Amino acid sequence: MSTLEIRDLHVAVEDKEILRGVNLTVNSGQTHAIMGPNGSGKSTLAYAIAGHPKYTVTGGRVLLDGVDLLELSVDERARAGLFLAMQYPVEVPGVSVSNFLRSAVTAVRGEAPKLREFAKDLKNGMDALSIDPAFAQRNLNEGFSGGEKKRHEILQMELLNPKIAVLDETDSGLDVDALRVVSEGINRFRATGDTGVLLITHYTRILRYVKPDFVHVFAGGRIVEAGGPELADKLEAEGYEQYTKASA
Amino acid sequence: MGLNEKPLSTLHEKSSYDLGDFDVPTGREEAWRFTPLTRLKGLHNGKAEAAGHVRLDVDAAPEVTVETVGRDDARVGKSFTPTDRVSAQAWNSFEKATVITVPREAVASKPTVLTLTGEGDGAAYGHLVVKVEPLAEAVVVLDHKGSAVYADNIEFVVGEGANLKVVSLQDWDDDAVHVSHHHAQLAKDATFRSFVVTLGGDLVRLSPSVAYTAPGGDADLSGVYFVDAGQHLEHRLLVDHSQPHCKSNVDYRGALQGDRAHAVWIGDVIIRVEAEGTDTYELNRNLILTDGARADSVPNLEILTGEVAGAGHASASGRLDDEHIFYLQARGIPHDEARRLVVRGFLGQLIEKIHVEELRERVMSAVEAELAR
Ligand SMILES: Nc1ncnc2c1ncn2[C@@H]1O[C@H](COP(=O)(O)OP(=O)(O)OP(=O)(O)O)[C@@H](O)[C@H]1O
Ligand SMILES: [Mg+2]
Repeated sequence: MSTLEIRDLHVAVEDKEILRGVNLTVNSGQTHAIMGPNGSGKSTLAYAIAGHPKYTVTGGRVLLDGVDLLELSVDERARAGLFLAMQYPVEVPGVSVSNFLRSAVTAVRGEAPKLREFAKDLKNGMDALSIDPAFAQRNLNEGFSGGEKKRHEILQMELLNPKIAVLDETDSGLDVDALRVVSEGINRFRATGDTGVLLITHYTRILRYVKPDFVHVFAGGRIVEAGGPELADKLEAEGYEQYTKASA
Repeated sequence: MGLNEKPLSTLHEKSSYDLGDFDVPTGREEAWRFTPLTRLKGLHNGKAEAAGHVRLDVDAAPEVTVETVGRDDARVGKSFTPTDRVSAQAWNSFEKATVITVPREAVASKPTVLTLTGEGDGAAYGHLVVKVEPLAEAVVVLDHKGSAVYADNIEFVVGEGANLKVVSLQDWDDDAVHVSHHHAQLAKDATFRSFVVTLGGDLVRLSPSVAYTAPGGDADLSGVYFVDAGQHLEHRLLVDHSQPHCKSNVDYRGALQGDRAHAVWIGDVIIRVEAEGTDTYELNRNLILTDGARADSVPNLEILTGEVAGAGHASASGRLDDEHIFYLQARGIPHDEARRLVVRGFLGQLIEKIHVEELRERVMSAVEAELAR
């Protein structure tokens, strides 16, 4: 059983306050969806939890199983069991997918995986996400299509097997087949049991595959309403107008 | 320009065997403006007396002949004329030259390795000729180490249809000064592959040049350098396309770390009027790992004919990308290892092209060692 606790989190970017007191608790076994208008601070929340250097935490706490993540470096947070699937995964020239994944798995597990075992896990992981095995030799994200990048984020999540995964618009830019494949990946991950998911999205489309337990509305840098899955349908029908007005 | 006159290149027009034809550089000249002259220990102004010694050990392929000859040997100095003061100084100062010959149609069964070891104190001047006769093939490795103040000229004379691959490692001790000119001359359909690796030395200024005597020549010049605090590592390339239908490709990459680490890369390519059908590309990239390091990168592409098959250049110097490091760290990889992965990737793509496997490994681990500092 794991818990991610976000307590009154305030975050600024270049002296501009973006997050204004976010409170959220994600337990393993739960899936929380965060929905909100463009620019409301959803990615800021994701990056701040992961420790991106551009985002300055000006107040609040983020605890993973009682450990203050804000005290840890980016890599320490990942090794503590946090995973962030990024909205825009970066291209890293010269670093091959397989080399990168082996380094990441080694770091997170604390020991190098046996080569044959790793090769098998990688192959199975790629198969399950319909990723061509040739990608293992390609440079990380370099020249990947939007959808290919997102599949690789999920592949990384499954291989690293974190306690809590934050998925920032992993569904954006996916065609119907890719959305299904990626959703299946998320569901496999959820089915392993002791994991929590925080899923940031604009669309209810993915929520039909990945059923959330809770839906939060994010506006003006904080959570302004919380409810069950039915809230997502209401948002889709009515939009965010009532919330953006209220938070302005 | 008159109707019957060919347009002339403005680059490197001056050449002479006579030291007196070159003024002592002051640092204001285009060719010298990046080089810290005071650190040349007199190689540029005639004050570096030939009192030192750079020992040469040769481990040659059995198909190859190795000779030590006097200045008057007919094979020496035929493929080039010095184009700067230090090259002319080296030409006028060496006593014995080494001539490596790969006989016609011979295929060398192993690399010929020349180890040059600087034995400290005083300057030394050298001259080497590598002559690959028609249709022959060879790999030659130059391995520079030790402590030296050394200026030399190297002639790579690649015959018709011949193939020469050269790896030149500048792995000097911290106090070494090395000014070197590599002159490659390619006959019809000759292939030349040069891989330069510069890691050690206080000041290294290496000028690889390529000249073609007939169509069909193909030159590939790659280089990797890692500049530490206080080091000045300079590479000045010149590819002179004076013949039709020849190819050249230049790719130099460097990483810089530490205070006053200074890399200079000059890439001059001339495509002369008669060189129609030329295909050339040159690239320099620098990765600046810390504050206080500086990279100067100047590509010059001078096209005097309208009939090129392809001509391009690119130069980019930048910081290690924070977003790359963040991404790798967000997957649990510690900062230092993330940095190593990115730099290793950046240089490794090129290092993989080194023609000799043991050298690939040695260069890769040298880069690792630099990164671990
Ligand atoms: N690195 C940055 N530099 C400057 N401003 C930033 C930066 N990152 C975020 N912001 C600003 O913070 C606000 C929130 O951005 P954020 O990316 O968190 O929004 P979002 O909710 O994820 O939007 P979207 O739905 O479009 O992905 C925006 O006004 C944005 O311009
Ligand atoms: Mg976003």
